[in-house]
Amino acid sequence: MENTARVKSEEMVSRIDGRLAKNKVVKGIFLTATIFTSIILIVLLYRIISQGAPYLTWDFFQNFASRRPEQAGIKAAVIGTLWMMSVVIPTAAILGVGTAIYLEEYAKKNKLTRWIQMNISNLAGVPSVVFGLLGLTIFVRVFGFGNSILAAGFTMALLVLPVVIVAAQEAIRAVPKELKEASFGLGATKWQTIYRVVLPYAIPGIATGSILAFSRAIGETAPLIVVGIPTFVAFLPSGYLDSFTALPMQIYNWTSRPQVDFHNLAAAGIIILLAVLILMNSVAVWIRNRYQAR
Amino acid sequence: MKTTNKELSPVQQLLEKKYNSGFLNRSEKIIPAVLFLMAAVSVLTTLGIVLTLIFETITFFGDVSIVEFFTAKEWYPFSGTDPVYGIWPLVLGTLKITIIASLFAIPIGLAVALYLSEYASARTRKIMKPILEVLAGVPTIVYGFFALTFITPVLRGIFPSLEMFNAISPGIVVGIMIIPTIVSLSEDALSSVPESVRQGALALGSTKWETASKVIFPAALSGILASIVLGVSRAIGETMIVSIAAGSTPSASLDLTTSLQTMTSYIVQVTTGDAGFGTTIYYSIYSVGFTLFIFTLLMNILAQFISKRFREEY
Amino acid sequence: MALTAVNTTKNNQSVQNEELFVYNTKNLNLWYGEHHALKNINLGIKEREVTAIIGPSGCGKSTYIKTLNRMIDLVPGVKTTGQIEYRDRDIFSKDFLVEELRTRVGMVFQKPNPFPKSIYENIAFGLKIHGIKNKQIITETVEKSLRGAALWDEVKDRIHEPAYGLSGGQQQRLCIARCLALEPDVILMDEPTSALDPVSTLKVEELIQELKEKYSIIIVTHNMQQAARISDKTAFFLNGEVVEFNSTDTIFNNPADSRTDDYISGRFG
Repeated sequence: MENTARVKSEEMVSRIDGRLAKNKVVKGIFLTATIFTSIILIVLLYRIISQGAPYLTWDFFQNFASRRPEQAGIKAAVIGTLWMMSVVIPTAAILGVGTAIYLEEYAKKNKLTRWIQMNISNLAGVPSVVFGLLGLTIFVRVFGFGNSILAAGFTMALLVLPVVIVAAQEAIRAVPKELKEASFGLGATKWQTIYRVVLPYAIPGIATGSILAFSRAIGETAPLIVVGIPTFVAFLPSGYLDSFTALPMQIYNWTSRPQVDFHNLAAAGIIILLAVLILMNSVAVWIRNRYQAR
Repeated sequence: MKTTNKELSPVQQLLEKKYNSGFLNRSEKIIPAVLFLMAAVSVLTTLGIVLTLIFETITFFGDVSIVEFFTAKEWYPFSGTDPVYGIWPLVLGTLKITIIASLFAIPIGLAVALYLSEYASARTRKIMKPILEVLAGVPTIVYGFFALTFITPVLRGIFPSLEMFNAISPGIVVGIMIIPTIVSLSEDALSSVPESVRQGALALGSTKWETASKVIFPAALSGILASIVLGVSRAIGETMIVSIAAGSTPSASLDLTTSLQTMTSYIVQVTTGDAGFGTTIYYSIYSVGFTLFIFTLLMNILAQFISKRFREEY
Repeated sequence: MALTAVNTTKNNQSVQNEELFVYNTKNLNLWYGEHHALKNINLGIKEREVTAIIGPSGCGKSTYIKTLNRMIDLVPGVKTTGQIEYRDRDIFSKDFLVEELRTRVGMVFQKPNPFPKSIYENIAFGLKIHGIKNKQIITETVEKSLRGAALWDEVKDRIHEPAYGLSGGQQQRLCIARCLALEPDVILMDEPTSALDPVSTLKVEELIQELKEKYSIIIVTHNMQQAARISDKTAFFLNGEVVEFNSTDTIFNNPADSRTDDYISGRFG
């Protein structure tokens, strides 16, 4: 008996080297995958910056779209995106926070509430191109907004709404119940407690999540195409029912042309788009870090 | 009442007034109703999507036979004389892209997730988190541009027979796009396995790999599977990368090196063109959109089912 | 025995003016779902006294005090029968809005829970939600309340700074000041010193002694010595029932029920 036991443990010891070697190989493979992923991002950014940076001139910001690449600019697209976001942000923020307050503070924990919640998470998984079809039918045709800022803005607002709702719900859920008790204990009504205690505490969290959602709306292209937003626009909109173009539409237009010059313009447009997104993300991270200390 | 005997302070006087005038102003009743209506918007959105797709698809099937839609092996709507609407080539296009993307993204995504949760130092994790966040935040139009202007030329340098528009390049880039989804959800699942389980395995003399593959990975399997399903669902619905880099030729061939069309890129092709409202082509995008919606809905339900059904209890 | 409590109440009622009772609880029962948490409670609580409620964990003392200002409503699935009268008004009645009840009856919680606002804003909160906007009244009330909570001298130079900068004991006194701003009739205290160090605890206890001149105080405490030190009356709760309610002196020196004796002499709980 004793002998076999010793043989067994010796056998086990003799295998350790092999097992450790295997561990090392696997670790190496995993590390390679991780480095590879980072390299993809570096290559992507490097390609776009090296292609587009020379085109980032003052004229590029000042000019409208043009058939001649050397005269083409991004003015209409940048202004158009700003117009569109002035619809998306208030619409999605008000509906998103309102829904989150309803679900977290007012809704009873019953089947209807669970169904609404499930509906929201399913909505988050619907492809953006399908939201485009919704916008095309409801906003462009039924409401008669045409291919306007309003139609595109509402479509985008609905697209990012589930993300805003979920972020706001998490932020509201994180409000300590002691603070709510303190407010109720002083005779505050439910809405006073929500408005004066819950929301002020939750706003940094809501803002962080919402900014990320809005940055998605800035970069989305497919719904705009389906809603019928034109790519070649040589004027600025003057109202919400005007036609317009947006940054990703302009980039798409330049990308789908065969000439390399237009590709370089697309890269320049992408630099602007990414710069805006990185700026927004930094603001979100800044807010998160600033208020996390609480 | 006792309180009436003594002098009331200004605060008490004001409060007494309030008690008499009643506490609940109208807003306390209106606000919940207003908030409920806001919550109803997201339900109406779902309803709007489903009803839009159903009604416009029904109109489409007034023009095109439903049998043709499911059985014809050709999608050839732009023929003036004899258009054919068989969804199969578009579904096949979507499948080709999705499979290439999955083959690319699943192994890499899981490798990165395992590295980050089991091997990486806190510092490495701190570096990788923002990199993955940026990758997740890059708009798909940018990925499309990258596929067309970088990946395709590189691949054609290696395989000269590859056409300008093909399945491989956009497939790989869709894969890149879904890597962050797979990594972050899988890593959440892996790192929610309690530290005590990990220590238990290591204390028996297991190597890190043995611990990860035999204990942690199986324990986190449902979360990992759900992350894969969600990633695949995003690949199915991805639009811009394929519109830019895969071409616009509906094809029933299994060749990966030639131009193809997916369900999503067909919708984009029609809506960028001048297909007038009311034409059969116009309604066809809803039938394609409906098919796409069903595919992604099934994937999302599957993901929810997996993470609910196999939720680990620690 | 529960009978003792009822008898005391009845005797007092027959001899003295009924208005002296701020709270009168009659046959109160409370369930959390299936769990019967309060069983047939009868208690008469007198004005301008400190009434302590003691008992082991889970005896229902916290539940009872939270029922007195209906904070218990926030817990889903709670059911009550019986009556609680606050100054002869049924607190469960539809005509008695819970907001009015909670304004007349202040509450101090286990953990100090100031709002993430300035000291000034914490105290002004109660006034503002009740529509008092006059700046002069607010400023005067802030000072008066802070003095009332023996905090003014410590914070007068920084009342516009965040309340989170205060120590735990100061925070709890700020929460008391926040209550005082609404000049309540009764102050309910749910283990107010359980999260505080001994020095802060002593300060709060001294404050309670001062406050009883003007307010009726009901305090739940886990700490028997505290009850003995600061209260006039003590109710001993066990398994959701009032075992004994009498003057603090009697409860601690000459309890009628053997279970009370066992608890105060530390044989359980």
